Formats: sequence, C-alpha cells, structure tokens
Amino acid sequence: MILSAELSKAYGACVSLRGGRIDVREGTVHALVGENGAGKSTLVKLIAGLVRADAGSLTVAGQARDLARWDRAAARAAGIGLVQQHGASAGVLSVVENAVLGVEPRRGPLLALDATARALAALGAKIGLPVDPWATVDALPLGAAQRAEIVAALHFGARILLLDEPTAVLAPSEVDGLLAALRALAAAGTTIVIVTHKLDEVRALADEVTVLRAGATVATFVAPLETSAIAQAMVGGDVPVAAPLAAPAADARVVLELRGVAVGDLAAVDLDVRAGEIVGVAGVDGNGQRELALAIAGLVVARGRIAIAGRDVTRASPAARLAAGLAHIAEDRQRGGLWLEASVATNLALGRTDITGRWRVDRAAVQAHARARIAELDVRPPDAAAIVRTLSGGNQQKVVVARELSRPGLVAVVASQPTRGVDLGAVAKIHGRLRAAAASGAGVLVISADLDELLALCHRIVVVLRGRLVGERAGEALRAPDARAGLGALMTGAA
Amino acid sequence: MTGARLRSGVEAAAIAVLVSVAIGSALMLVAGHAPGGVWLAMLARTFEEPYRGEWLFRSTGLALTGLSVALALDAGLFNIGAEGQLTAGVLACAATGAALPAGTPAVLAVPACLLAAGAAGAAVGGLIGVLRVTRGAHEVITSIMLNLIVGGLALWLGNAVLFVPGATTGYAIAPGAELPPLGSAANAALVLSLAAVGAMWWLRERTTWGLAWRAVGAAPEAARAAGIAVGRVQVLVMTGAGALAGLAAANLVMGHKHAFEEGLGRGAGLLGISVALLGRVHPVGVLVAALLLGFLSAGGLAVGDLIPKELIEMLQGVVVLAVAATSAWLRRRDQLAGVA
Repeated sequence: MILSAELSKAYGACVSLRGGRIDVREGTVHALVGENGAGKSTLVKLIAGLVRADAGSLTVAGQARDLARWDRAAARAAGIGLVQQHGASAGVLSVVENAVLGVEPRRGPLLALDATARALAALGAKIGLPVDPWATVDALPLGAAQRAEIVAALHFGARILLLDEPTAVLAPSEVDGLLAALRALAAAGTTIVIVTHKLDEVRALADEVTVLRAGATVATFVAPLETSAIAQAMVGGDVPVAAPLAAPAADARVVLELRGVAVGDLAAVDLDVRAGEIVGVAGVDGNGQRELALAIAGLVVARGRIAIAGRDVTRASPAARLAAGLAHIAEDRQRGGLWLEASVATNLALGRTDITGRWRVDRAAVQAHARARIAELDVRPPDAAAIVRTLSGGNQQKVVVARELSRPGLVAVVASQPTRGVDLGAVAKIHGRLRAAAASGAGVLVISADLDELLALCHRIVVVLRGRLVGERAGEALRAPDARAGLGALMTGAA
Repeated sequence: MTGARLRSGVEAAAIAVLVSVAIGSALMLVAGHAPGGVWLAMLARTFEEPYRGEWLFRSTGLALTGLSVALALDAGLFNIGAEGQLTAGVLACAATGAALPAGTPAVLAVPACLLAAGAAGAAVGGLIGVLRVTRGAHEVITSIMLNLIVGGLALWLGNAVLFVPGATTGYAIAPGAELPPLGSAANAALVLSLAAVGAMWWLRERTTWGLAWRAVGAAPEAARAAGIAVGRVQVLVMTGAGALAGLAAANLVMGHKHAFEEGLGRGAGLLGISVALLGRVHPVGVLVAALLLGFLSAGGLAVGDLIPKELIEMLQGVVVLAVAATSAWLRRRDQLAGVA
C-alpha cells in the first residue's frame, strides 16, 4: 500500500468523517465514491493536509505520519498532489505563475519563470495533458485550467495525485480526454485517487473502489467492477417502509407547472405537480436541482415558463410568488432561510405580514404563532425567545419548515434538501409536515440527493442529470424491489 | 437590545472613554500642559453657558447625522453620504427660508423649511439607494461622489443665487422660520432630534418596517426568500437616512445661523459615522454617543485658552478607534465565556 488512511473529522457538532478508511495500491487508479455528505471530500482534504484530522492514522509510502504535523507542506513533501473540485488557481495569474506560488524560483530579486514554463510545457506534452504556461488562468476553459493544475502537481514531484470530482466542471469531450490522460499516468506509475459519484467514470477508469457512506467506509471493490453493486452500496440500506400515502386523483389540478425552465446548470425542465401530489427530484448535487428550486422561488431569473395555480409567475418577484401560494424551503437554511441572530419567534414571522400585521408588529400574534409552530414541529428548546443561531441544525430547519408551510393559502411547496444534515427525529417531523401539506391539497416538490428520503415521501420521482429530467418512476414502480437500483443508475448516468 | 448586548456596549464605551482620556492626557503632557487642570476646566466650563449651549447644539446635529448613518447600517448599507445629504438640506432649507415672505407665520414657515431640508436630503439619499438597487453601484462609492457633487453644487448655487453681494453669508431666512433658542447656540432643533431618536426606536422595535430593514441588514438572502422586497427596503432606508441627515440643517440654519453660509455643517456628516459606530447602531446608543462627542467638541472650545483645540479634535477620532478596538476584544471575550 502506498497510502493507507483511517481518519475522523468533525466540524463543530457535525461529524463529517468517522473512521473513514482507504487503502491505495501503488500505480492504481482508486475511486472514492459515495453520496453527497458521505465524507469523500473531507477524507481527501485530510490526506492532502488541507484540513487537520481529529483522530486516526495515516501511512504514506510505508511511513506512518504524525497527524498533528500533517499539513499541506508535509503532504507535498511526501509526494501528494491535490487537484481541488473548483480549482485553486489565482485567476488573474498565468499558469506558470500559479504553479510556482509559494516556491518562486528567483534570479536575484527577480522571478525566473522561463525554466519552469518550459518544463511545464514539456511535461504536459509528454503525458498528454497539453498546457500553455503563459496563458492567464481566467482566460482558459475550465478543463485547461484543471490540466494545468495536474501538470503543476506532477512537476513538483507528486507521486500520488488526489483529484476531487475533477469531471464535475468539465464538458463531456473534456471528460474523455482527462480520463485517458489519467489512465496513461497510472500506467506510467503515478497513483491516482479520484473522488466521484459518476459510476460510468468509475467503470471506465478505476482499478479499485472505496465506498463511503455517512462518514464511514462501507464497501470496497476490485476490478472487474459491477456498477449496480457499487450503486447499491452508495445508497445503502433496505427500501424504507413508506407510510401509505393516498394518491392524488388523476384529474387533480396542476398547481405547479414548469415549461422549458432553464438557468445555469439547468438545461430545460418540463414538470407538472398536481394538488395533493408529492414529487421527488432525485439527483447528484450539481446537476441543476439547486437552480430548479431557486428558479421556482424567483431567486434567479430563468427562461421558460413557471405557473403557480395556473398563474404565470415567470417574471414575478419572490414575494409575489409567495403571495400566489408558494412556499420555499431553501437548500441553505443558514443563508437562505434564517436570520441567525434573531429569535425563533422573529424568524417564524419573517416576511409573514399575515402574522405581524402590515404596519405595527402585533407582538401577541407573533408570540401565539411562535408557540403554535414550536408545538407543531417540536422545536427544541421550546422557547420562542431563543436565538436561532444557538439551535441545532435540525431545529433550525424545523423553524424554516414551520414558517414556510404555515403560509395561508398554500398551493405549492418547493423543499430543497429539506433534511440535509438533520437528525432522525427532526427528519420524521419535517416529513410529517410535508405529507400534511400534500394531504391538505398542496402540490409538493421535494429536491433531495437522498434517495431514501424520496422513496419514503413521494408519489412520483423524477431524476435530474446534467440539467435535464432523464427518467421517472411512479406509483407501484417505486415499491418494486429494483426501484432503488434503477433510480441510482439514472442518477449516476450508468443507465 | 438584549441585556448582554447592552452591557457589552456600555463596557466598550466606558473603556473607550478611559482610553481616550489617557491618550488625551499623554498628548497634553507632551504639549506641556497639566492634564488634570485641563480636564477639570473642561468639565466645569462645558456644563455652563455659553459652552453648554454649544455642547447641546453640536450634539443635536450629531444625533441626526448619527441616526442617518445608523439607519443605513442597520439595513446593511454604509451611508458615507450623510455629509452631502446634510449640505443639500442646508441649501434647500436656507433657500426656502429666504424665499418666504418676511411676514410668514411660524406655523407655515417652520414646516416648509423642515420639509425642504428633509426632502433635499431624502432626494440625495434616495438616489444612492436607487443606484445601488437598480445599477448595483456600491453605496460607499456613490455617496462619496455625491458628497463632492452636492458640496460643489451648494457652493455654486450659493454663490450665484443665495449670497448677499460682497458677503460670505446668504440672505436671512424669514423670521417665522427661526427656531427658538435653548441656550447660546442650542435651539428647538434639539427637540426634533430627540423626537427622531424616539421615532426611530419605535420604528425599529415595533413596526414591520423595522423588522424588514433589520432582516435585510442581517440576513439579506433569507429576507428575500421569505418575501421581503429587499430592493424596496434599501431604497426606502437610504431615503430615510438622507432625510435624517437633511433635517440636521434645521439645527444649523433655522436654529443658529438663520442664513446660508459657505461650509455650514461641514464635517458633521462624517462625524455621524463615528456617532453611529460609537452608538452601536442603536437609536439610544446614537443619542448617548452624540452627547459624548458633542461634549468633547464643545469642551475643546471651552479650554481653547489652555490647549490647542486640534488636540481635542484628535480625541474625537481616538474615542472611535478605541471603541472599535474594544468591541472586537469584548466580543472575543464574550464568545470565549459562552455569553454570545
């Protein structure tokens, strides 16, 4: 083993990695896979010395390393190169300037870049990753900027190359080129660890696979790889027993209508949600579902047509959409949903002039509303005056859900990752509240990277991949034993 | 304001004042004066006329420009432009007052001049808000530029229209628009600024407007997602901030000089930033800070025969620096203690 790690890391109260283990043989391509939040990126950052581990062990090139002193410089000296997901280059500098940042070669007081530039160009040409060392990084396509980072890492002696979702930002044609070059590098003796959740890439590239789930290693695979087994290990578990949910009538009116909605990663989405229906949007993060939620809420301007209860709101403000009967549970509760320094009562009344009154704040009504919502979702501590920042993530999310789903005249709900990073008790409360919203006649759209959640909640699940809806399962097909594997394959593009 | 925040605010101000007194004493020693005597003289003289009136007069203006900056900061906007908004108010107030017939009764003249001062400031502030919301132009940049533009405009218009030929002051405003004096320079505008403090406290703590502007300042994305029209709130807040700064002209023009003067109110807008920060963006804090900085300012005059007044002007800056430094230190201490 050229690299063996078993590491733990918590960010505050949130445990990201609990003894996640990876063993990498020299000269192989090793894929590290798992769902969002499984701890893949954290494990790679710990190994690269970018973040310090809380506990565990790390052996690189046969030598046990002291975790307390393991930083980026130590990792680099041990031959570990890192190419991060969104790049780590200063965009206004050239490729060669970025490569030498921190280790600038000098001639007297002046920079001496020519030799490094020539070496980068030669190395790139040799390994099939051509780079222009004098190009400004901002002016390069993302693929070229990423190639430059790989070449720079190798130039400085990396023998183990860690790549964190390198294809997430690439066009399909660039992906093929990168995979071929990585294959060639491995053949020439470089060890490659690649983080991904795209199983077709894993099948095309990897010799071995480590699967992380909830911060722990749950399975390892060796070629020949079978993607269905890997998908099963990634999403895990048995199909949860869903509470029987009355299906909406086939002629129930459409309360949320999307036609050709496109913005950013979202290519073009057509979707109808009917009154009383819970529709799930499954997909790996970064396939456009974030934009989908923002577009419906009116927080980004999208092309196409969006209608709520038959009313065209494509150009309407967020406030007008809420007034038309929409509720939006934002993906990032701390930024997009809450005023962290204010009380629970204030957050529950935020933007709710139906509670506060138009002009003077009706403090009795705000308190009564807070008490009712706190009881309804079991917010803890049950204190309307508590500052929201002091609440746990799950209870913060309950506050957002309680505020949004208690809007009067609710006809449509968009819930984006409604239970991400939330404890199990809160999950049950939030799911119960979403079901109640559907039962009372609202159409609910749940966007989630967690397939278990969608299978437990939804009448119908659509899968989003690269900004498009690529498949759908509904009714009995969701209860079938192969539903999970089928959806997993659609999500990862393996189908 | 919660108890803990109030306590740490008072602590920060107290420490800052002590630090400033220490630094001021050191400066006096260097300049060859006995600090004890100077401080005692400052206390004794500033509590008596004519310096008491000067103190209240200066504090009146500082409270209004301080409220202006605090209101904007509360909504997440940095209003460097109180200076320009005040200048616009001075010009409009003096021009309106001078244009009124000499016999205009106070019931008409006072509201007309107040309206002119507030509206002129509101127009400049509102423009900053509109540029921010519709064009994305940062309010710090636009308000610095508008300070220059309005300053130049006031001087040019003043020279061309308002100045008495051969003099450095303008035509006097109608006697009906004059505010009654409450001491040497202090005048009934003091009541106006106290009313503004009360009104702002009420708006901030008790109305949906205050809730909206504080939400926009503290959590803009969440506010927008929850259905608050963030852009409209920002424009309204900048308009209100401009009106507050413009109203400070009442103190200068209607209460004191009774005419346009070149440079009238210069520096009061910028000092408003210090007042807002020292007062921790809270209306009552702003009032206390305005009284404190006004005291230093008038006190500098009062002991002008003992030490150079520039020395005291430096202290106004020292107080604010000390508050900024101690606030960060107290915040860290409170976080370590688990209070915050």
